[in-house]
Amino acid sequence: MQIQAPSRSVVSVENLHVRFAMRDATVSAVNGVSFELEAGKVLGILGESGSGKSVTLRALMRMLPPARTRVEGRIRIAGHEITAMDEDALRKVRGAKVAMIFQEPMTALDPVFTVGVQIAETIVRHEGISYAAAWRRALELLEMVQIPSAARRLKAYPHEMSGGMRQRAMIALALSCRPSVLLADEPTTALDVTVQIQIILLLRQLQQDLGMAVVFVTHDVGVAVEVADRIGVMYAGRLVELGSTEEVIERPAHPYTAALLTSTVLGSAFGRRLDTIPGMPPDLRALPEGCSFAPRCQFCQDACRVSMPPEHAMAPGHTTRCLRIAAREIELAGPTLSARNTYVGGGDRP
Amino acid sequence: MADAAVLSSDPALALKRAQQGQSYWRRVWQRLRDDKMTLAVIGVLALLLLMVIFAPWFTVHDPYVGSVLRRLKPIGTPGHWLGTDEVGRDLWSRMVYGGRLSLLAGVVPVFLALLIGGFLGILAGYVGGVLNSAIMRLTDVLYAFPSILLAIAITGILGAGLQNTILALTISFIPPIIRISESITTQVRHLDFVEAARASGAAPLTIMRYHILNNVLGPILVYATSLISICIILAAGLSFLGLGVTPPSAEWGLMLNNLRQALWVSPFVAALPGVMIFITSMCFNLMSDGLRQAMDVRL
Amino acid sequence: MTGTRDIPLPTADACAPVPVSARSEVAGTGASGGRTAPLLHVDNLTKHFPLKGGLLNRTQALVQAVDGVSFNVLTGETLGIVGESGCGKSTTARLMMHLIRPDGGTIAFDGRKVGAIEHGLSHRDLHRQMQMVFQDSYSSLNPRLPVVMSIAFGPFVHGLGRSAALKRAMELLQAVGLDPLLFANRYPHELSGGQRQRVNIARALALSPRIVILDEAVSALDKSVEAQVLNLLVDLKAQLDLTYVFISHDLNVVRYISDRVMVMYLGKVVEIGPVDRLYRDPRHPYTRALLSAMPSMNPRRRTVEAPLSGDPPNPIRPPSGCRFRTRCPFAEQVCEAVAPLLLAPPGDALRAVACHMSVPKSGHSRAVAAVSA
Repeated sequence: MQIQAPSRSVVSVENLHVRFAMRDATVSAVNGVSFELEAGKVLGILGESGSGKSVTLRALMRMLPPARTRVEGRIRIAGHEITAMDEDALRKVRGAKVAMIFQEPMTALDPVFTVGVQIAETIVRHEGISYAAAWRRALELLEMVQIPSAARRLKAYPHEMSGGMRQRAMIALALSCRPSVLLADEPTTALDVTVQIQIILLLRQLQQDLGMAVVFVTHDVGVAVEVADRIGVMYAGRLVELGSTEEVIERPAHPYTAALLTSTVLGSAFGRRLDTIPGMPPDLRALPEGCSFAPRCQFCQDACRVSMPPEHAMAPGHTTRCLRIAAREIELAGPTLSARNTYVGGGDRP
Repeated sequence: MADAAVLSSDPALALKRAQQGQSYWRRVWQRLRDDKMTLAVIGVLALLLLMVIFAPWFTVHDPYVGSVLRRLKPIGTPGHWLGTDEVGRDLWSRMVYGGRLSLLAGVVPVFLALLIGGFLGILAGYVGGVLNSAIMRLTDVLYAFPSILLAIAITGILGAGLQNTILALTISFIPPIIRISESITTQVRHLDFVEAARASGAAPLTIMRYHILNNVLGPILVYATSLISICIILAAGLSFLGLGVTPPSAEWGLMLNNLRQALWVSPFVAALPGVMIFITSMCFNLMSDGLRQAMDVRL
Repeated sequence: MTGTRDIPLPTADACAPVPVSARSEVAGTGASGGRTAPLLHVDNLTKHFPLKGGLLNRTQALVQAVDGVSFNVLTGETLGIVGESGCGKSTTARLMMHLIRPDGGTIAFDGRKVGAIEHGLSHRDLHRQMQMVFQDSYSSLNPRLPVVMSIAFGPFVHGLGRSAALKRAMELLQAVGLDPLLFANRYPHELSGGQRQRVNIARALALSPRIVILDEAVSALDKSVEAQVLNLLVDLKAQLDLTYVFISHDLNVVRYISDRVMVMYLGKVVEIGPVDRLYRDPRHPYTRALLSAMPSMNPRRRTVEAPLSGDPPNPIRPPSGCRFRTRCPFAEQVCEAVAPLLLAPPGDALRAVACHMSVPKSGHSRAVAAVSA
């Protein structure tokens, strides 16, 4: 049963379009993305490079270069109309209501200031409390993100910390002003696998403790499964499927999602030829009419090439942009990922 | 798909029939074509060069013949449209013929420094180790002297004249070119494709020829072009100080010196050589800027 | 496989003219040592990088990147090497290729020691037998050369005439699934990541090597492109009778493509063995932690606890004794005192583990009992 309560959504995106005007052509990076996110929930945006996921994220905070970018649509975050605000008002919202963490913490943290100073300054600027109080808060934050010897690390520079610690410091910085929305742009991609799982678990815990809404962009299916309550699959600047994690993983409702899941290399596929998605992603400068996945889709029919399929709700909260799926002409049955993944290592999981 | 017969019979032909790619230099050329400012500047320089080489066609009077009667005529005098200098020689002719020496003294030293410094710098960058240290420390020693002082010292010792000017300026410009060549070569040297070339067992000279040079020469060339504008000013400066070209040769710096006394009498005429130096140097500067921007292709 | 009507997705890669030949017989049996002498034998390879600093640029510390690494690569197998950052796998690859000089240890190719005076193998000859594909597909190609020249460079350098080298390059382009008429004259920036990596593979194959080292060759690619390139690699291996050393941090990919797997930690080999057995029953605590740190693909059973805390430590001052002891839940005093050797645990001749728990009578409380003959 779905609770139809858009007023409880803390992030609301309506028909977002982002176009970049380049020298010789216009790149349509995002072509009509809409979603809602409730407080305390995590939305995972899954897609490959060029799908528009990072652009969408940056558009939510209007962090795209103003000169070349054209943004259309409505974005509402924590009650603020992002698309209608001016730069000054936006600056107050960024960091305080909405915060962002990035893939490469070395570039997100200022190398010439210690971590403590960066956090404290952000707090002072947004909340106006005294520097001493901000410093104490910074210490609490570092402890909250489970950095060992937090007091000593406050005085450390980013380059003196290891990768995982830097990532935690960046998370602490992002959370310093208690934002209600956290935007995460592939924060675990550059990390080793043992560190990645630590950061994922940390984010999950923090998100639950602080009740934040999180939009988590990733290209890794496993990470999305671990982190997200809902998953949106992006292709060529559109959300081709959006639904709860269980639904999307176990009952994919778009050929691209199904293809993505099966082409994720699984160890148990040894001896078999891997299933690949033929062809290449479309050129965003010249998107074809009709469904952008059509050239690569094995279920493609003439009707698919006519116009972009609209969003269709397969079940409450589970939408897809596929004509044939919507008409229930085809069914993407097949082994679920979880069933195929034979567990490794002696231990707890089956 | 490719015809197997074609492939096996004549790969060169097949290669010719294959779709042409867009090489780096073609993209640079395309960007340059769109840059109207740089094209205009290159046009101006080309015109200057033409006039200077074919000077007799562009001038009427002999630049060496003066007349006391016609001293310091102002601009716009019929027959001498830019006036005359302090000994009555036609200023326009002096400027055009003077351009020969000024441009020569401006471009040749940079060219020679590019050959010598470029070679040493690329060698130091590629070989590394002790040779690199030796060359770079030598460069540091030369670098310690400001270029103009170095040039003055050298011409002071060797005497004035065009040849010594060129020599002095060449020596002054070798250190910066060594520096930049070494820096760029070191960067390229550590890129993966050079490692891959080493891994295929190629000799250092072969790697240099196919992989290093074509990646390194571009930036070095652009840097050298930016030095030309400085060199022109330095050459003029040396002549101004009496250490460069000697009278009665026409050269812009020398003319500036000679017209110094006329500054109160005929200021516009006296300033003309300076204006010429400024325009030429500025044009070279803008051209090198434009080249650099065109070459900064986001790959 | 569960599911009702299983509609298979297209499997043929759109631009692969290479027929899928039968998988090499050796692939499954490469682990049965003793059949043939190893193609590559690495013995006690060591590389310490000096960290210079201070007033006179003196060596202040040593980064022990690779410390006493020994392993074999058997003919026709795919040996996977896994480990996290700082474990030394990339350095090991470069040492094998002799792109950097080792501080200690030897490499023997087909029985001949590299660099030895008598009956040895020169570096040039080693490069003919062993080639490498790098991770960054873009920086591994000369941006100023058309790709066909990048591929032809190797054969050209080894004496093939210009025309013959070009012909070989065009044939290789075809073999990796790129139409020579479309791609030969293109420059690296005009190709996609997957296409560039195919060019890199073609370049590595140009000298007809017997071993190809793939250093994170598919890591930077999108998942769908990665699958295409992996299919290509498998095909080429069967067609050309190659031996692969596949270095990656992606445990899924390594499991798919490898016959045996070697796990490295902080410059040392901690475990090595046949892939399925190693993944199903890892002996070394680090291997176990590594494998269970992979994100779960089942939304109903998410990971609850991270298997390891903290970051991989610094290779500058590695812990004494067993290097993993600082993060190992089973560490004891013997682990601090004595560095474990890479030995076959009792009853499992195909595996080797560097852990006191797998050696009977090692002094560890959990040491296995010896298997009675």
